[in-house]
Amino acid sequence: MGKNLKYFTNGILEENPTLRLVLGTCPTLAVTTAAKNGIGMGLAATAVLVCSNAAISLLRKVIPDKVRIPAFITIIAGFVSVVQMFVKAFAPSIDKSLGIFLPLIVVNCIILARAEMFASKNSVLPSVLDGLGMGIGFTCTLTLMGMIREFLGNGTVFGLTVTAGHITPMIIFLLPPGGFFVFGILVSLSNALAKKKGKKIVEHIGCENCPSRSFCEKANEGACEEKEAVVNE
Amino acid sequence: MNKVTAITSILLAGILTNNMVLSKFLGICPFLGVSKKVKTALSMSIAVTLVMVIATAVTWPIDTYILKDNLNYLQTVVFILVIAAIVQLIEIVLKKYIPPIYKALGIYLPLITTNCAVLGITLLNVQNNLDFVSSLFNAFAAGTGFLLAMILFAGVRERLETADIPEFLKGLPITLIAAALVSLSFLGFAGIGG
Repeated sequence: MGKNLKYFTNGILEENPTLRLVLGTCPTLAVTTAAKNGIGMGLAATAVLVCSNAAISLLRKVIPDKVRIPAFITIIAGFVSVVQMFVKAFAPSIDKSLGIFLPLIVVNCIILARAEMFASKNSVLPSVLDGLGMGIGFTCTLTLMGMIREFLGNGTVFGLTVTAGHITPMIIFLLPPGGFFVFGILVSLSNALAKKKGKKIVEHIGCENCPSRSFCEKANEGACEEKEAVVNE
Repeated sequence: MNKVTAITSILLAGILTNNMVLSKFLGICPFLGVSKKVKTALSMSIAVTLVMVIATAVTWPIDTYILKDNLNYLQTVVFILVIAAIVQLIEIVLKKYIPPIYKALGIYLPLITTNCAVLGITLLNVQNNLDFVSSLFNAFAAGTGFLLAMILFAGVRERLETADIPEFLKGLPITLIAAALVSLSFLGFAGIGG
């Protein structure tokens, strides 16, 4: 049981997909203009992650090694379509604000990365728990970032007025530069926390956890390799 | 609006105002991951542009003539599979017929299958009901915009290597903040090309 719990909590803090593994950066930056969108995106990705992890773990002995990536992508795409139709039918406003990023969950590296790194090597229960933990970690970060950006850029949190009307909001935080900036600050905070605990800080985008690492490394002439500094104890 | 103006405005929007990376947040992974050197950034973006245009040329007819009416729910699945197949095909064809180009770009091709910029642009083209020619130009503009952003950012990052950075921003945070500044400068283009 303790081990299973570990699989679950792993994704929430220690290996938080956005802040520690730095995967799924595109939706993180794009949809977090409001806290509500962050939750919507997070939950949609969580649903896909749990389902695809379960399916891939069940099929892990059937899928030939050579075609595993296309097979994973097809499975993920199937679940994304399901979620897409579900959101369209039951939460049309979320569908509208997530727009293109809802179908783009297919190419969200968190999902392929967990399929490749975890679900294809573990049995069903750990895979589901891992997916759930990772999904919740993703949702939490997105919601937090959405709250920060919404608060600074619009003076509201979850649509409720906080400072709107009293202080002129800084619209720049809702615009693309604000996304990069807030994410940068969040990563630096998570790095500071990791450093305090003696863990590795994130120097580079999540190379070691990226599903395409092996190709990228060749392409990038070893740029992933060179900076994986361990914090001085 | 006549055809030439329409296409010019698509090009301007795709490259500057609606820049794929800096204002639509598509393809952030390669933008942050493969932008360490100007040379690799250039090759990667050329490969992305090539795949984007070819993928659009294939997915647009599939969507318009097969999926649009009653198979719309298959869009996501079909598009990603078609893109994966196209990338494989391009790789095989280049390897066989144009080895020098394969040598320069081949390594980047497997990375492109799971690149959200490629799937994103093909989906945006059909969702915005662009016609075939406009879609191709839109894909080309998006690719060029990606190239511009990558090269500018690679230049910034080469300077960052030697810069004196505050301790708590070292590593990824300073890269993201640099990206914020590059993105801020692109906001200045807002309004160009309608």
